[in-house]
Amino acid sequence: MKTYTVYVPSDSASRSVGADDVANRIEFEALKRKLHVVLIRNGTRGALWLEPLVEVETALGRVAYGPVSLFDVPSLFDSHFYSGGDHRLSLGPTDEIEWLASQDRVTFARVGITDPLSIQDFEAHGGLVGLRKAISMKDNEVIDELTASGLRGRGGAGFPAGIKWRTVLQTESEKKYICCNADEGDSGTFADRILMEGDPFTLLEGMTIAGLTVGADEGVIYVRSEYPDAIRTLERAIVIARNYGWLGKNVLSSGRAFDIRIRSGAGSYVCGEETAMLESIEGKRGVVRSKPPLPAIEGLFGKPTVINNVLTLASVPMILADGASEYQRRGVGRSLGTQVFQLAGNVARGGIVEVAFGATLGALVEGYGGGTRTGRPMKAVQIGGPLGAYLPTTMFDISMDYESLLSAGGMLGHGGIVIFDETADMVDQARFAMEFCAEESCGKCTPCRLGSTRGAELLTLISQGKDVDGNKKVLLDLCEVMTDGSLCAMGGLTPLPVKSAMLHFESDFSSKNGELR
Amino acid sequence: MTYASWSKDEALLVLSQTRDKPGPVLISLQAIQSVFGFVPTPAVALIAEACNVSRAEVHGVLTFYSDLRTFLLPANHVRVCVAEACQAVGSRELVSGLKSQGVEFDKAFCFGNCALGPSATVNGKLQGRASVDSVVKAIQG
Repeated sequence: MKTYTVYVPSDSASRSVGADDVANRIEFEALKRKLHVVLIRNGTRGALWLEPLVEVETALGRVAYGPVSLFDVPSLFDSHFYSGGDHRLSLGPTDEIEWLASQDRVTFARVGITDPLSIQDFEAHGGLVGLRKAISMKDNEVIDELTASGLRGRGGAGFPAGIKWRTVLQTESEKKYICCNADEGDSGTFADRILMEGDPFTLLEGMTIAGLTVGADEGVIYVRSEYPDAIRTLERAIVIARNYGWLGKNVLSSGRAFDIRIRSGAGSYVCGEETAMLESIEGKRGVVRSKPPLPAIEGLFGKPTVINNVLTLASVPMILADGASEYQRRGVGRSLGTQVFQLAGNVARGGIVEVAFGATLGALVEGYGGGTRTGRPMKAVQIGGPLGAYLPTTMFDISMDYESLLSAGGMLGHGGIVIFDETADMVDQARFAMEFCAEESCGKCTPCRLGSTRGAELLTLISQGKDVDGNKKVLLDLCEVMTDGSLCAMGGLTPLPVKSAMLHFESDFSSKNGELR
Repeated sequence: MTYASWSKDEALLVLSQTRDKPGPVLISLQAIQSVFGFVPTPAVALIAEACNVSRAEVHGVLTFYSDLRTFLLPANHVRVCVAEACQAVGSRELVSGLKSQGVEFDKAFCFGNCALGPSATVNGKLQGRASVDSVVKAIQG
């Protein structure tokens, strides 16, 4: 009997639009029609606007259909989709879908292609090559390679990963830690989640390389509780890696030990700030620490700790496997390699777009994104999460890299881009930024704790048309205090969306004048 | 979801699994909540003793994290994302629509489903492109 291989994604975005129902229905129909279908639940390819995206293995490679609903499944079988038959949802060979084919997938090379929990699949697609190479190299050589690659922290700060690792390597201690920050709380970002659900072994590999290199034997992944699927997938992956002889006392027979455990967050945005995250892992309130001391010197439980974002650590295996030069030939200026952009909000074709640094904002939101989902004209994009700037469509020629965004008064953050159509009221958006900060502030420093509440009040007055000019002046003053006086980025960057909205969408503010409500 | 009703013995059993882990207070609170559905008042003193910290410290952690609760959730627990990416596709309308239908819900900040918003969860199950209808339908099962 012929065997057919069908892929239906299992990531939570695909499931949120019915992938489980589609998968169940495919199994049911196969049974009914006495066909031998092997169903693989892969990660998402990242083209979330096509989810649920069903793929089948054919002689010509994988062929895609989408977006598939539960009710399309019988007709897909009628058209013999399991051997690549034509159907109105046919998208042709997956590798030839322009939206995917034009990307430069490095960190996301395997996501959506492999079975997330098959270590055989992982190795067949280049997994563990980086780790094996790292084991054969000296610690300093690994860090030299990382430094040469130009890899910078993908969590938002953009700090060179090699320098951080070297600091931990050079700090004497009997105990060191690797902490992976998977507290991806920024609205408009989901790359960490998709990677953890779609290719968890890559993250484990990156952490293992970090551990062996700096001399840490323990890794912790701090995952936000809003990501239960990612937590489950990682937990299974860790068990599989232990049984494989990868994680544990003798990593791939290297004679060195490294193991990883998961810590679940508990619903706090500020715990994505690295020192608040350490406090949370230690079981305390997620209150930000003063720096110095740097976590690289005194981090988790007071020990030297490498703290990196999911995407930073997940980029390391490829850098070691293919060499630093292969990575750093991509990108522009001091922003080297690729960035995993995430198109979100009111966007026609949302999802993961991994391309080299230096793509223009317009190429991303109009080219890949295809404009708004509602079909109305775009008004604004917010780049880099709730603490990122709102930019107008007139700035679409900006190059998407750390430096260009900074000089344009924005920040790259974690690479999330949220698109708004013309119905957005930028006064409301500015007020939300302050309200969000008031809700999520850890409360340690006054500018953030009190400033955010005062800021929200001022923006309420402005939206009611009460002394708009006077209140705007006070608001700008308040923003300055928060920027300069806050301990961490939470209070320090909340003024960014507020001030950028005031600067670029002045008319939304001034139109409130005389509109006393 | 069914939870155990409060029992000190059961709580002590849970804490025997968590007390020796590094940084045990938050893990203990999470474990207690996963068994009883919330953190009952008497558990605070037990956790303090098991982890060798003050009750104030446990209370501090309990009140910091929005996931931790001192009450049982309603039979149908709805959460609606109200962060920026979902605002851009009508989460404000979803919120007011649910209110006008008398549906109780908690606000949440981001489920990481930002390309398929607005997002909501009903009893933990995530919905993309959620609407008042889809939420109500999920509640009715």
